[in-house]
Amino acid sequence: MKYAFFLGCTVPVRAQNYELSARRVAEKLGIELVDIPEFRCCGYPIKSVNFRGHLVMSAINLALAEKQGLNITTLCNACSVTMIEANEELKEHPEFLEEVNRELSKFGLEYKGTVNVKHFARVLYEDYGLDKLKEHITRPLEGYRFAAHYGCHFIRPSSVYAEFDDPQYPVSLDRLVEVTGAEAVDYPEKQLCCGGGILGIKEDVALALSNKKLGIVKEKNADGMISICPFCSIMYEGNQKKIEKIYEKEYGIPVLYYTQILGLAMGFSSEEMGLKLNRIKPRALMEAFSNG
Amino acid sequence: MAINVKDLDRDFKYQVMREPGGEYLSRCFACGTCTASCPVREIDERFNPRKIIRMTLLGMKKEVIESEFVWLCTACYMCQERCPQDVKITDLMNAIKNVAVKEGFIHPSYTAQVEALKNFSRLYEVGEFENKKRQKIGLPALDTETKKEFVQVIDDYVSGLLKGGEE
Repeated sequence: MKYAFFLGCTVPVRAQNYELSARRVAEKLGIELVDIPEFRCCGYPIKSVNFRGHLVMSAINLALAEKQGLNITTLCNACSVTMIEANEELKEHPEFLEEVNRELSKFGLEYKGTVNVKHFARVLYEDYGLDKLKEHITRPLEGYRFAAHYGCHFIRPSSVYAEFDDPQYPVSLDRLVEVTGAEAVDYPEKQLCCGGGILGIKEDVALALSNKKLGIVKEKNADGMISICPFCSIMYEGNQKKIEKIYEKEYGIPVLYYTQILGLAMGFSSEEMGLKLNRIKPRALMEAFSNG
Repeated sequence: MAINVKDLDRDFKYQVMREPGGEYLSRCFACGTCTASCPVREIDERFNPRKIIRMTLLGMKKEVIESEFVWLCTACYMCQERCPQDVKITDLMNAIKNVAVKEGFIHPSYTAQVEALKNFSRLYEVGEFENKKRQKIGLPALDTETKKEFVQVIDDYVSGLLKGGEE
């Protein structure tokens, strides 16, 4: 199994614990992640400004992967949906593909439309498979209870994800959590948006959205939230102290990346999974899985 | 405030429908499922997808494109999933934003993002400092070059729009 590893903008700078744990877990599972140095922004921020421009940006990355004959896997929900949708648009509208290639030809690139894009969590769920994943669990996280947060763009729009999971009542990430031996806590509003998309537009509304879910998860008394998107984590973890202050709450909810808990269950130490880089320290896990 | 028919722009809806994502605007029968599904609306009543669609169909161009509310969509797609008329509302909101930008009304948050992308080909700069930090924790250094491809795309598709509008 071999994929072009698409980091995007946020992961390499603001979610290094995610990247570190994903790389180590992939290596141990035998999933080869190929770095393509020329990869840059997926195009998501340009979509709101100019749709065609965003298609070209996506296509630059898609063309780079195509040149190496690789499909892409990403760690970010927004990068995934942007490139998946761009791919669909280019397939459905030959005139878009033609325009994109006119632009790409300016720098010697061409996109034929053969690349498949999949979030890394979906790769684990679908391509690698839960059964095979289970074989690597040497230290089940028994007794831990986690609330899975899917993030919108992992499962929606269903126009591009229909074959994968339910857009309103998803199960894939809960199943992935269960593979680690932990309990996947069921909770209302599982599908609720983190608000990250408008953090730069209207911060109070974005934080109010995050606050809502943090409150629900707190009530369920989970040991933490499980995220698969760097921006969802910025909202729930990076902004949690700010939210606590604004709403006069005490949450103290650790937010871990799925690859971090998977790695712990596979025998990696909390140091190897970068738990000390988490902003809300998952103290119980850090103590239980420390190598020193 | 009453709507004055003389102030309506009858071409506005067609302008939106010509943008990718705006094609299905006229399918809307105003049921309000979008508004009931919208997590932003629950917090801030100024963002009301049904109302934005209605205003667009009526031709209230100025009120729509100069407002902040069109920028409040988080793109969570819940409205799009539930819309019985398949208006593809999230994509429609994006089309409206694209029209607003063409008319010179881009949200400053996006101006900043475009600027960052033009300078770094990424939203955040990855320079020597970031690479040192990455290597210290066991991650490979990243290519820090600003890619001419990205500068070109922004020049060809975006820069002109930021200088005061097209059409």
